Amino acid sequence: MALLQISEPGEAPAPHAWKRAVGIDLGTTNSLVATVRHGLAVVLPDPEGRPLVPSIVRYGEGGVDVGYLAMAKQAADPQNTIVSVKRLMGRGLGDLDDDRRFPYRFVDTPGMVRIATRSGVKSPVEISADLLKSLRGRAEASLGGAIDGAVVTVPAYFDDAQRQATKDAAKLAGLPILRLLNEPTAAAIAYGLDNAAEGVYAVYDLGGGTFDISILRLSKGVFEVLATNGDSALGGDDFDHRVFCWIIEAAKLPPLSPADARLLLVKSRVAKENLSDHDDAAILATLSDGTKVDVLLTRPIFTEITKNLVSKTMRPVKRALRDAKMSPGDIKGVVLVGGATRMPQVRRAVAEHFGQPPLTNLNPDEVVALGAAIQANKLVGNRERNDDWLLLDVIPLSLGIETMGGLTEKIIARNSTIPVARAQEFTTFKDGQTAMAIHVVQGERERVADCRSLGRFELHGIPPMVAGAARIRVTFEVDADGLLEVGAREQTTGVAAAITVKPSYGLSDGEIARMLSDSFAHAADDMQARALAEAQVEADRIVEATRAALAADGDLVDGPERAAIGAALAHVSQARAGSDHLALRAAVEALNRATADFAGRRMDRGVARALAGKRIDALSD
Amino acid sequence: MIDFSRNHFELFGLPARYRVDPDALDAAYRSLQSEVHPDRFARGSDAERRLALQASARVNEAYRMLKDPVQRAQYLLGLNGVDAAGETDTQLPIEFLERQLERREAAGEALAAGDERTLSSLREAVRGEARQIEDHLAQALDNGADYAAARPRVRELTFLSKLAADIGAMSSSLD
Repeated sequence: MALLQISEPGEAPAPHAWKRAVGIDLGTTNSLVATVRHGLAVVLPDPEGRPLVPSIVRYGEGGVDVGYLAMAKQAADPQNTIVSVKRLMGRGLGDLDDDRRFPYRFVDTPGMVRIATRSGVKSPVEISADLLKSLRGRAEASLGGAIDGAVVTVPAYFDDAQRQATKDAAKLAGLPILRLLNEPTAAAIAYGLDNAAEGVYAVYDLGGGTFDISILRLSKGVFEVLATNGDSALGGDDFDHRVFCWIIEAAKLPPLSPADARLLLVKSRVAKENLSDHDDAAILATLSDGTKVDVLLTRPIFTEITKNLVSKTMRPVKRALRDAKMSPGDIKGVVLVGGATRMPQVRRAVAEHFGQPPLTNLNPDEVVALGAAIQANKLVGNRERNDDWLLLDVIPLSLGIETMGGLTEKIIARNSTIPVARAQEFTTFKDGQTAMAIHVVQGERERVADCRSLGRFELHGIPPMVAGAARIRVTFEVDADGLLEVGAREQTTGVAAAITVKPSYGLSDGEIARMLSDSFAHAADDMQARALAEAQVEADRIVEATRAALAADGDLVDGPERAAIGAALAHVSQARAGSDHLALRAAVEALNRATADFAGRRMDRGVARALAGKRIDALSD
Repeated sequence: MIDFSRNHFELFGLPARYRVDPDALDAAYRSLQSEVHPDRFARGSDAERRLALQASARVNEAYRMLKDPVQRAQYLLGLNGVDAAGETDTQLPIEFLERQLERREAAGEALAAGDERTLSSLREAVRGEARQIEDHLAQALDNGADYAAARPRVRELTFLSKLAADIGAMSSSLD
């Protein structure tokens, strides 16, 4: 029997093409790409059937190798084979607590650290983009065409600079990025939807190089993050490193060459992994000078040498619980995420703290990518059964500005639900002061020097007044990606300044443009083609959004407005057929302007509907 | 667009009272967010995405204020022309201040001694006193509508909330 399809007001009308949506877990050690197929989230494997891509990029003589190919050559070519690049995202050389642990040739540039490779000086953003390009290629081959939308995950505890760097990498890789999603939240989506979970859950996510703990309330299809905490420089890598140090001591080795160090680090990792299933692990290696290493690592020794690391994860756990106003007994279940949670001592510590065995029925390596795929599928507009859920996430670290005396004035507190916008007024310090420097910082400490500097900008043209008379309103706005935009305005004159916070550790738009042009260095045509392709994707998105809006809420548009929107739509279609990307952008911009008021009325209608309590659950087919 | 002239209570369709039904507030919040959240407009027009960001931020801000007993009290007084958020003027009663000063000193000593248990019992005591004030405010505001007279109590409540947060931060530093 044929059923009439009824879509909820405000949703896209039924007839629309299936969109290719992917979720990407860009991990420290391994990365994955997943999609939703026939209502089921699945990881996309490589042609050999391997789901994971080792997050390793090698700049070789013949080009760029990614994943297993790069992994095979890491010990032979350590300086050009970049592992764990995630640890360097949005970080300066001074931020790395022990840069000798990395066998690279670092270039100390202002802002983000750079690495000198055979293929030139590379920023962590470019290296991550090479990883993402490889994942994009895998997804396109598997899904049979260009990706329509991607969600890329980041550790919940990533700060603004690290998030911005990740988003820049996705753009550089040519991915149409819909959202940055916090890794533990992604895991909660995959777990919660799969198990129809209700109640307060903790997600303990120990990855290769980052640790997150998130406390979420799952209730009636709402995933509400109550608090998150973590350490963006603590992960499985550190356990490897402890084993590595232990080997050096146990085998009484002299200082090692980069190649030998990489060899032993790889052996350390293998030994760590073996100890998850065995009581001991033999470590055998032959160094470049012929020295034989032959030591036996037992579980008790491994537990002992990594005790501090395990307990280091418990501080954030306690803090997150306190911020969520919960005690361990309130937690209904603890979801483990990240390969490092396979270590028995980690599981034991988690079980002890929460007084219950953790949930391990999900593959800790895959759950984040699966959750990201589910969200990407929803954001891109593919309708599924049970997709009537809502995600409310938080910002992990407080945001503020520097005030007199090097102190921080917090404007947005950590664990505020995003998006969030807040304003605060400041005043001048000296008589006749006409400019003000605004230093944006992120962190929990009182002193600016102990927080992360996100950027500085200046507000000029304040009319001369006595000290304390000017009223400067600084606005902070954090979007659903957790990215900050700051603006400032002098209230009596309206002098304004606005920045997207990038300068300190991010890339400037100029740098991104340079990287893009570098990657198309030999062909200006390619640049044109890419600009046109991007403008076309954007145009298609807007046209579809506009048609869907008209179909759902056309009664909100009167005759003349409808005519104007129709004309703007026709103009876009005309420009879409041509090859002038600037003309197409202009037409899209005009369509955006023509629909702005209509968008406002639709939002109003949504609010009215919510208040009337008449939200009708989508009738699925 | 969300009507920015609407106050937080109106936004959630709730009466402008100090006692708020938490279930009704949560339900209205979720219902509003599921209409205006940026996730609903990920592929929408620029205008839609911009509006969704603003509307969703506004709903979050309103929810945060109404959820918190201190901010809700300040906000309600503000709506009725009484500024209770300012930091200046009105002395708090000496015995109130002395009691809090003692607690703060005790907390300082507990911190120095690494005594987490004492810290949390002090915080509980502060919270208990705050809850009494909240009950009192509910009576005075919802039954008496005497906003000006409630102002000193709201100041006390603000003070206690800050103290509880400070003691909480001390506990955090012991983790």
